Amino acid sequence: MVMIVAQQVGVTLGRRSVLHDVDAAFAPGTLTAIVGPNGAGKSTLARALLALVPICGHVRIDGADVAAMPRAELARRVAYVPQGQTLHWPLSVERLVGLGRLPHLAPMSRISAADTAAIEGAMTRADVLDLRDRIATELSGGERARALFARALAVEAPALIVDEPLASLDPGHQIDVMDLLRAEAAAGGTVIAVLHDLTLAARYCDRLLLIDKGRVVADGEPAAVLTADRLRAVYGIEARVETGGAWPTITTLGRSGR
Amino acid sequence: MNRPIPRPLLLGVLATLAVIAAIASLLFGAVDLSLVRLFAAATGDGDRTASIILFDLRLPRALLALAVGAILGLAGAALQGYLRNPLAEPSVLGTSNAAALGAVAALYFGLAQVHPAVLPLLAIGCALLSLGLLFLLTGDAESPLTLILAGLAVATLAGAGISLALNLSPNPFAAMEIMTWLLGSLENRSFDHLWIALPCIVVGGALLLWNGRALDALTLGEDAAQALGTDLKRTRLRLLLGTAIGVGGAVSVAGAIGFVGLIVPHLIRPLTDRSPSAILLPSAIGGAALLTLADLGVRLIPTTSELKLGVVTAFLGVPVFLLHLMRERRLW
Repeated sequence: MVMIVAQQVGVTLGRRSVLHDVDAAFAPGTLTAIVGPNGAGKSTLARALLALVPICGHVRIDGADVAAMPRAELARRVAYVPQGQTLHWPLSVERLVGLGRLPHLAPMSRISAADTAAIEGAMTRADVLDLRDRIATELSGGERARALFARALAVEAPALIVDEPLASLDPGHQIDVMDLLRAEAAAGGTVIAVLHDLTLAARYCDRLLLIDKGRVVADGEPAAVLTADRLRAVYGIEARVETGGAWPTITTLGRSGR
Repeated sequence: MNRPIPRPLLLGVLATLAVIAAIASLLFGAVDLSLVRLFAAATGDGDRTASIILFDLRLPRALLALAVGAILGLAGAALQGYLRNPLAEPSVLGTSNAAALGAVAALYFGLAQVHPAVLPLLAIGCALLSLGLLFLLTGDAESPLTLILAGLAVATLAGAGISLALNLSPNPFAAMEIMTWLLGSLENRSFDHLWIALPCIVVGGALLLWNGRALDALTLGEDAAQALGTDLKRTRLRLLLGTAIGVGGAVSVAGAIGFVGLIVPHLIRPLTDRSPSAILLPSAIGGAALLTLADLGVRLIPTTSELKLGVVTAFLGVPVFLLHLMRERRLW
C-alpha cells in the first residue's frame, strides 16, 4: 500500500503554465477521480504524479521523491494507463498483458512462475481470459479497454493511475471498468482515475479532485464537491444536482449565460 | 490467428539456413569446388588452388556476408521497433549514407590507394561524425518523428556530398569507380576487411540486442514505456550508437547495401509473437542467411559483368513494398 502526495506541484509545458501549486494526497484503499473541463490540466496532473513531465514542487510516494526515484522502482509502485493508449504492433492479448511484467524482469532473465501467475490473475480480473489468443489491435473498443486494463493490473503495483478509461465505452462497459477500479481500491490499492462522467465519478469514487485552469478548486467527497454553483463556475453549465439518492446525480440542463 | 513458431525452433532453422548458405557460398563460384576438395583444403592437405580459393577469396567473403547481413537485419528490426514503423530501415538515421560519403571521399581524393584500410576507416569515421550531428539536431526531443527528420537531414546532406563528388570527379573512370563502390559488393574482400568491420559489427550488434525489453515497452507509446520503467534516453543512446557503429562498419567494407534491414524483419515478424524483442535475434540470423544467399546469387546468375549485391537486394525489396500496398488496399 502506498500513499501518493503532491506538494505545490506546478508544470510548465513549452511556455505555457499548465498546473499551479497543486496540493493533493491520495491514500491507499480509496478511489479518487480527477475531474474538470477540457484543458484543465487533469492528464498533466496524472503525468506529473508519474514524473513523466518536468515539475516544480514535489511528488512523494511513501515519502520518497519520485523525481529522484529510479524509473524501474517507480514502475513497480505505480501502474499507469495513458489517455487513448495506443498499441503499435499487433500483439496477442496475452503478450500485451505480459508487458505489464517488464518492471519486474531482471536483464536477460526469463519470465518466472510468479510472472505467469500475475498475468493469469490480471486477465481473470479484467475478464479477458477468453480473448488471450486474439490480436489486441483487432478487438472491439470494450474488449480493448479491458485488455489494456489487464496490462496495468499485471504490474501488481500498489497504486494505479488511469487516464480517461471510459472514453469510447458503452454504458455497460463503463460500469464494468468502474467496478474494476472500485475492486482495486477495495483491495487496498491507491486508485486515481481521470474522468469526465460526473455522475459515474460521484457514484463510484470516494473522493473527487476538481481542477480548473491548472488549479485545484475543490477536493472532497462527491456530494460536497459537485454543487450547482461550482459546476456553473467551472464548466459553464446549468445543471441539476440531485443528492437524495445513494449517490448524487447530475443532469446537465444547458450552457449557463456567461 | 497463426500461432508463433517456438523460438528455439525458429532460431535453429534460421541458423541452419545461414550455415548451409555459407557452405554453399564456399563451394560455388567461378570455379566450383567439391565438398571433398573443400574439406581437404580446410584441413590443410588440399591442393594449392583450392586453398587459395577457400582462404583468400571465399572464406572472408562468406564471413563478411554473414556479418554484414546480420547487422543490417538486426539494425532494421531494432529501428522498426524503436520508431514503431514497419518501413524503417538502417539508412533512416543517415549513418549509412554518411559512411558511404566517407568511402567516396577516400576514392575521390585517391586515399584509397594509399592503404586498403583507409577507405573503411574513413567510412566509419564519417558514420560516427554523422551520429554526433544527429544528436546535435535532435537535442532532448524524444519523439520518433524528430529522429526521422534529423536522420533525413543527415542522409540528405551526405547524399548531396556524394553527388558533389560524382559531379566534380576528374574523369569518367573515377566516377565509375565511385558508382561501382556505391552499388555495394563483397567481391575481392580479404580478411583485412573482415578484421576492420567485425569489431564494429559485434559492438553495434550487442548495443542493439540490449534494447529488446525497452522496445517491447515502446509498443505502448513513450509515456506508458516510461511508466513501465524504461529509460528512454539510454535506450535511444544505445540504439543510435549501435546503428552508427554497426552499420557504419558494415557499409565501410561492403558499400551501401539497402533493403536487407527492411525485408528481413518483415519475413521474420509473422513467425514470432510480433513483439519487437522477439524479432531482434532472428532478424540478425535471417539477415546473415539472406545476404549470403544474395551474394551467392550474384556469383551464380550469369551476366557479362558481375552483378552488384546492392542491386540484387534492391530487387528483393520491391515485393515488400508491394505486399504493404496490397494489405493497405485490402487485396490480400
